[in-house]
Amino acid sequence: MPDTTFRPGLPDAQGLYHPRNERDACGIGFVANIKGQKSHDIIVKGIQVLLNLTHRGACGCDPETGDGAGVVIQIPHKYFARECARLGFTLPAPGEYGVGMTFLPVEPPARRTAEGLIERLLAEEGLSLLGWRDTPIEGSAIGRVARASQPYIQQVFVSRGRGMSEDQLERKLYVVRKRAEAEVAAGDMPGKSFFYIPSLSARTIVYKGLLLAPQIGHFYPELSDPDVLSALCLVHQRFSTNTFPTWQLAHPFRYIAHNGEINTLRGNVNWMHARESVLRSPLFGDDLKKLFPVIEPGGSDSAAFDNALELLVMAGRDITHAMAMLIPEAWAKDEGMDPQKRAFYEYHASLMEPWDGPAAIAFTDGRSIGATLDRNGLRPARYMVTHDDLIIMASESGVLPVKPEDVKFKGRLQPGKMLLVDTAQGRIVSDEELKARLYGRNPYQLWLKEHQVTLESLAEPPREHPADYDTLLERQRAFGYTDEDLRMILAPMAQKGEEPTGSMGADTPLACLSDKPQPLFHYFKQLFAQVTNPPIDPIREELVMSLTSYIGTERNILAETPMHCHTLKLQHPILTNRDLEKLRRVSQGDFLAATLPMLFATEEGGRGLERALDQLCRRASLAIKSGYSLLILSDRGLDTDYAPIPSLLALTAVHNHLVREGTRTQVALIIESGEPREVMHFALLIGYGASAVNPYLALETLQVGQEGWPVRVEPETAVANFIKAINKGLLKTFSKMGISTLQSYRGAQVFEAIGLSRKLVDKYFTGTVSRIEGVGLDVLAEEVVRKHRFAYRARGESETELSVGGNYHYRAGGEYHLLNPQTISKLQHAVRQESAKTFQEYTDLIDLQNRQLTTLRGMLEIRQSDEPIPLEEVEPAASIVKRFATGAMSFGSISKEAHETLAIAMNRIGGKSNTGEGGEDRERFQDNRRSAIKQVASGRFGVTAEYLVNADELQIKMAQGAKPGEGGQLPGHKVDETIARVRHSMPGVTLISPPPHHDIYSIEDLAQLIYDLKNVNPLARISVKLVAEVGVGTVAAGVAKAHADVVLISGDSGGTGASPLSSIRHGGIPWELGLAETHQVLVLNDLRGRIRVQTDGKLQTGRDVVIAALLGAEEFGFATMPLVAMGCVMMRKCHLNTCPVGIATQDPVLRARFQGKPEHVVNYFFFLAEQVRGYMAQMGFRTFDEMIGRVDMLEPRDAADHWKAKGLDYSAILFRPQVSSRIARRCVDAQDHGLNQALDYKLIDHAAEALENRTPIQIKLPIRNVHRTVGAMLSGEIARRYGAAGLPDDTIRFQFNGSAGQSFGAFLAGGVTLELEGDANDYVGKGLSGGRLIVYPPRNSTFLPEENIVIGNVALYGATSGEAFFNGCAGERFAVRNSGATAVVEGLGDHGCEYMTNGTVVVLGACGRNFAAGMSGGIAYVLDDRGAFRAHLSTGAAVDLEQVAGDDAALVRSLVERHVEVTASPRGKWVLENWEEMLPRFVKVFPREYRRVLEARQAAAAAARSATLSRLAAERVPVAQEVA
Amino acid sequence: MGKLTGFLEYPREVASRRQPQERIRDWFEIYQPFPAEKVKTQGARCMDCGVPFCHNGCPLTNLIPDWNDMAFRGQWREAVRQLHATNNFPEFTGRVCPAPCEAACVLGINEPPVSIKLIEKSIVDHAFEEGYIRPEPPAVRTGKRVAVIGSGPAGLAAAQQLARAGHDVTVFEKNDRIGGLLRYGIPSFKMEKHLIDRRLEQMRAEGVKFRTDAHVGKNVAVADLRKEFHALLLAGGSEQPRNLNVPGRELRGIHFAMEFLPQQNRRNEGDTVPPEDAILATGKRVIIIGGGDTGADCLGTSHRQGALSVDQFELLPQPPVERAPSTPWPLWPMQLRVESSHEEGGRRKWAVSTLKFGGDARGNVRELYAIEVGPPPRFEPLAGTEFTLECDLVLLAMGFTGPVKGGMIDHLGLELDPRGNVQTDDNYMTSVPGVFAAGDMRRGQSLVVWAIAEGRKAAASVSQYLLCEPRVP
Repeated sequence: MPDTTFRPGLPDAQGLYHPRNERDACGIGFVANIKGQKSHDIIVKGIQVLLNLTHRGACGCDPETGDGAGVVIQIPHKYFARECARLGFTLPAPGEYGVGMTFLPVEPPARRTAEGLIERLLAEEGLSLLGWRDTPIEGSAIGRVARASQPYIQQVFVSRGRGMSEDQLERKLYVVRKRAEAEVAAGDMPGKSFFYIPSLSARTIVYKGLLLAPQIGHFYPELSDPDVLSALCLVHQRFSTNTFPTWQLAHPFRYIAHNGEINTLRGNVNWMHARESVLRSPLFGDDLKKLFPVIEPGGSDSAAFDNALELLVMAGRDITHAMAMLIPEAWAKDEGMDPQKRAFYEYHASLMEPWDGPAAIAFTDGRSIGATLDRNGLRPARYMVTHDDLIIMASESGVLPVKPEDVKFKGRLQPGKMLLVDTAQGRIVSDEELKARLYGRNPYQLWLKEHQVTLESLAEPPREHPADYDTLLERQRAFGYTDEDLRMILAPMAQKGEEPTGSMGADTPLACLSDKPQPLFHYFKQLFAQVTNPPIDPIREELVMSLTSYIGTERNILAETPMHCHTLKLQHPILTNRDLEKLRRVSQGDFLAATLPMLFATEEGGRGLERALDQLCRRASLAIKSGYSLLILSDRGLDTDYAPIPSLLALTAVHNHLVREGTRTQVALIIESGEPREVMHFALLIGYGASAVNPYLALETLQVGQEGWPVRVEPETAVANFIKAINKGLLKTFSKMGISTLQSYRGAQVFEAIGLSRKLVDKYFTGTVSRIEGVGLDVLAEEVVRKHRFAYRARGESETELSVGGNYHYRAGGEYHLLNPQTISKLQHAVRQESAKTFQEYTDLIDLQNRQLTTLRGMLEIRQSDEPIPLEEVEPAASIVKRFATGAMSFGSISKEAHETLAIAMNRIGGKSNTGEGGEDRERFQDNRRSAIKQVASGRFGVTAEYLVNADELQIKMAQGAKPGEGGQLPGHKVDETIARVRHSMPGVTLISPPPHHDIYSIEDLAQLIYDLKNVNPLARISVKLVAEVGVGTVAAGVAKAHADVVLISGDSGGTGASPLSSIRHGGIPWELGLAETHQVLVLNDLRGRIRVQTDGKLQTGRDVVIAALLGAEEFGFATMPLVAMGCVMMRKCHLNTCPVGIATQDPVLRARFQGKPEHVVNYFFFLAEQVRGYMAQMGFRTFDEMIGRVDMLEPRDAADHWKAKGLDYSAILFRPQVSSRIARRCVDAQDHGLNQALDYKLIDHAAEALENRTPIQIKLPIRNVHRTVGAMLSGEIARRYGAAGLPDDTIRFQFNGSAGQSFGAFLAGGVTLELEGDANDYVGKGLSGGRLIVYPPRNSTFLPEENIVIGNVALYGATSGEAFFNGCAGERFAVRNSGATAVVEGLGDHGCEYMTNGTVVVLGACGRNFAAGMSGGIAYVLDDRGAFRAHLSTGAAVDLEQVAGDDAALVRSLVERHVEVTASPRGKWVLENWEEMLPRFVKVFPREYRRVLEARQAAAAAARSATLSRLAAERVPVAQEVA
Repeated sequence: MGKLTGFLEYPREVASRRQPQERIRDWFEIYQPFPAEKVKTQGARCMDCGVPFCHNGCPLTNLIPDWNDMAFRGQWREAVRQLHATNNFPEFTGRVCPAPCEAACVLGINEPPVSIKLIEKSIVDHAFEEGYIRPEPPAVRTGKRVAVIGSGPAGLAAAQQLARAGHDVTVFEKNDRIGGLLRYGIPSFKMEKHLIDRRLEQMRAEGVKFRTDAHVGKNVAVADLRKEFHALLLAGGSEQPRNLNVPGRELRGIHFAMEFLPQQNRRNEGDTVPPEDAILATGKRVIIIGGGDTGADCLGTSHRQGALSVDQFELLPQPPVERAPSTPWPLWPMQLRVESSHEEGGRRKWAVSTLKFGGDARGNVRELYAIEVGPPPRFEPLAGTEFTLECDLVLLAMGFTGPVKGGMIDHLGLELDPRGNVQTDDNYMTSVPGVFAAGDMRRGQSLVVWAIAEGRKAAASVSQYLLCEPRVP
């Protein structure tokens, strides 16, 4: 498979930078005339949309150079005819010729070569050249960087061949373009990096470039020519994670513009490539081969998607059909879906895997234009239709000013839905009609019934492998099972059906450094989604997840026959022995299985292993030739001479061999192995292409080997629970990467290898990242042989059966731990006795990893300078400790005493402590217990305007080292009165932190949140916490461009209060790699100078700090070690609330045992700083700043005699990018946050009186979508002055008119009312902190408000108090994580009230799917007048549905009255007028947990409710005045 | 593992000792039985630490949390297997070990630690009662012959490990009974000797041959052993007692502890000691010099023999009653220890240095002259604190200085380390190839747990040497 490494415009891979990690996101939109009437006005409007999306793009080091922008329009025939005539050639009629937009080399000779190439290919394909035309451009319109890399832009005009239809011409143009791309890529044409063909079509033309949105009209002057006409205009503004000049990567591509990211790209591209061998198309005939590779190497994920779409469309599929195939709805679990539609999707699932990831895609084939959202609907897409047949679709509402009275309809795209404007028919085709058209194409249901095979339908096998107790132990030993595996992994899974939980991170050696034989699995780390795309919550959003897969021979995806669904449907990928026997004996249709042994002779070691792999591959090829369609790779039958090949290695060897051979898609690979036993193992096997796995030894262990287990379980239950646990774990693993389905995950290779040699990876794990070299086959063989020898040696009865393990808990004789009895006690003795000598003994134990290699930093040496300086000349320790911060540990995860001790210690030394995500008690804001860093995490607990203004730093936690990509949960029993108060929740009610921030699904969203926070507290610096993984540097560059002041790179080993064990061990990578990559990429992009870099992850000693500084960090975070200093003894019981030293517990009895003192922590940091000074003196650095990024002061340690470490190569970590000395290597500049454009300055001016004297004010103002985060800065001012209470109700009242931008009313403080006539975008009332929001449509609009969308997605996210009234529908995730606001809305999208913990929501209309998922508190009242509500409730919702009566009825009525009062809602009026009839139709959604808690405090609750009632009665606000 | 909140619910309990007045009338073990149900409760107190510091306290690296849990759950058979996985003789260590594991127990930070030693003893006693402990003869014989010299805990542990690995093992013991210090050094009120016999029975069934009265270097020629065996493992202990070189030392009635204690053990075995050799405390005023375990053993033995009075002197100052600040958790605490023998009577005096002995005309010791001293390292005599004490029997329990030189060590030509112990490499091989050393002979006077640990590790090295195979985890 081709490695998509060649990326024109991007730097070559160097150090830890790799161009393939580049990401982007953006704003998209289109404008079209529904009737297909062409006009120049459409283009003008399109460009205006683009202009108004500018804030969704970004610019790099050169403020004039954007990341890219572009438009697609129909071929402007009138204009071209005029211009070509001027050039001396005549264009034929529209449709009879094609136009190519080409980027060519600048140098004339090279350009002529390129032109020649295109001309030759045109001729060869039977087309003729009409002429070339220099595209007029205005070079001065663009930035310096863009100009420097600008290609020569020409248009080529091509006439069709004799008798060619328009479609044939289009296909030929496609062939020519693909051939040209392939030839240029393969050849050595000078200036080839410029060469690119944005479009070559008879229908559309693409204008794009490295532009900012406002530049496009100036750069391409012809777009302003009144003769340039089009009925549609699709636009895109890009936000990329780099600052490299890449003209090609600007959108739109030929068919699409994409906002989002394809997470499964690697798998999709690989499978597309593998499928090429079976592609056939009557439309192309022999031309088909000319299209290969279908996926253009070096493209982005969007480009690759465009390539795939193009092939499907060109080969005859309708564009909507192709889109539905590539990005299907979440159909598998949707019982309510039309069976025919489900059959359509299921049929196509048999053809190919979904392209999975957050996506809003706008597409056009030149005739119709449309858009679709992925199944999760994680990108916004709003549209508006006017009475004069104009449709405007964009990432935001309000991108084009339209008079309210002209608006016919406003809407939003819903998850998985599609919108199409068919200009030929002159109408909008609804999703329903579109899909009906698709599923009506063929009798898919019948086809499935006739041809699909299921496991259940296969004949029962005559026998299956029985469990074999006699050899169980030796097989367990041979596969490396440990006592711990049984006790801590298998037993809990068998008992509870879920993966076990642990705490306090990982401190064991990397697999490539461990002296214990490791499973090959442990050389891999899971990738996960952060910033550029969101992880998913597989529990609360289960409806989008699926483990179902379809296996068997793949067929030609360009055709559509009944046999295409002749696949074997598996509900999940784990096979019991019986299931496997069924498959082994299958003889249905094309299915035939062969079993191939995966064993090797131990005698021959690495060579034997290699030979066995080669033989296995040969056997696989032979089996395919003989017609087998299922290959079962089996390691059954090991004996004294034969050991198992690591199952993953056998799988990838065969997989890659078959891919190279072009036969991979003809078979499914099934693993029958004793090796896999934990979630990570299965994830790897599937991630590298296995269709199913039979873990026979794990199953046998559960059936017969339970002797000595803490609790015994019936064998059948144990097996069922184990499979359940693995399946759940798999979903969790997929979701971390933002992948929803097993089919997409299969072969997606979302892993990074650490410590495998390049040779090994290239051959067996092609395309996987492995950056520090490492072990080869010989070591892998040795590891197996060691286990094998252990298995077959004589043993006595009183030996421990298995090796102890010691991976999770320290065990003598087990794996090494950095935190062991010696190191922990030495550190504690040192800080308590204030003994620098003991501290040195402690650090020696860790630093001198002579006997026991553990970490990458342990493998580096710090050089001595030739000119060391005296210690006295080195910056004092008191100044160095200011760079230290303690880690984010929430009050809730650790005790009040521990939390405050840390804060006091850090305040004493001028460092920073971190609140963690649990908020902070208001009492602490003003004293020495205040945490300087206030964290903003996905749960938004306690995040109020007051909290935010009381911080020096606001840290956005994107991920956590111990469990990147996952959320968290604080069980109700741990939420006591105090925690609940601080977190603004209800005592006893479970609190869930979602895996993603629901306001950050992409990089431009992050920029938005940074902007929000900066608005509330302009004095605080904004920090973004990332976890190290491959590509983190690229993400960090994006973060820098999103204007964060600090980026924190966390290592994989960091602690945690609770996390699944597989996440602790297998997610994320060491900070050394992540930090080095970040520093390198920031320097390469010239972004390093404007952002500070912090790192953390088990930093323990002065040496660790120095190495981190030399690798590029300015600041350092510590969590585990300060805890140890305060008395933590690594019980790893944080998740159980039984911490015996009073740290990680809320139990008052245990808290009383806390003996930590601030002095201990202070001593620790000063000891560290003194050690740092010692090293600085040695290296000759007087100031800390000098040391930052000086990787030249590091060198690798000699490890020639270590059997594993000798293969490692640290040159990528120690790489120093070759850049000009003018480029900063540490932070020297402040970010420009662009706050000066904030509307709030005006608001604050207007409100000056109110702010000072509480004098009420009322002002009317216009508003536009470019006005973002309105009200936040004002709220910050109020919170600073008046704290949480804010101003008296309604003191400040602004009445806006227009379309508000994102985050309207974010963190709005009490006393402020924002009233909006118009509509608003996403994140309305985010973090609402007591303010009031009122939104209603323009008074003179003609549509019914309740049927139109008035606010965007994710409204009231994390709101803590306040009120909101929305006269219209809201988008997805309304009131997500609401913990106290009261809201009335007239309809909402999917996932309403998700994770809500408190507050009141009244919905006067329909709800989308998955309502109340993870809702543990608060109450929602839904008017279910169509009786459909129950079906939309989340299947996992723990809520009761009740009639509304009594106090509830009074509350609802009064809220509706209020709603009518402030918005004049017709729907509300109607409800009130028909109250008697309506009341019974209201459903009260009452979380059970909340009910339990409420009932316990019934009296208090009743009082609170009546208080609300009387307050409402007392504070009637006059109905809003008409607004200008 | 364990009961999650067990440590909060149950207090520490250990087996209670019989009344001193009762127990000094016999030679049986001093502890009363501890019911199995309560052992479970004690097991429930284990917190299953992420970092079990008890491991670090224990030289044998016993898998303490694991078998604590099994005891809690009543899984005795599995528990004893786990126990035996790291310790050949838990019934010995469960009785005589000072339990550094308990000193390192995490619960000990702010509560009385888990009663690990009690649990260990309970598991193994229960297992013997239930017949879980059976011989484990090797499946395959290697045909290699190994001589183990010395039958103390190090030698026995090594012998058992080697025999189970399939080697042909012969143990040489200079005394008439097997067991070394276990047999003759430790009084039977601390550990009854039938426990040793029970183990020896198992070891014989596993193929270990024992030769008593075989003093290598004296009545057994080293050269013969070299010819007869593929490897030698020396586990002869550290038996050279530290002497007290003061005037009057030559007087009758002044004996090393190890002259005194073994005699009583022999008597308990039914042997008779010739009256002319007998050292008895009966009716005597006894002074014990040395405040350690051996001194305490002399104290208990003296009382049981019916001493008139017993005084015990220690050179070091009296340690604090609580853990000394210089030895914070999890270190072995410097603190005042009250052994069972101390409960039975006698006076203890610290910071005392003996100046000389005075005797009567017949050359019997009659008085001891001593002075109080300051703290280490100088032990400065405090002028004016001189005193004299009358006595009839003086027992020297001041530790050991290393293996007895001459004989076997000389005949083999072994190199010694600076402290006078037999020097070995990391694999327990002495300067003579094929000759290994373990236990006190190699590391100097120490605990039984250390002896067993040494014996096991040395056995692994011997086995590896014999089979020329790389080490297996």
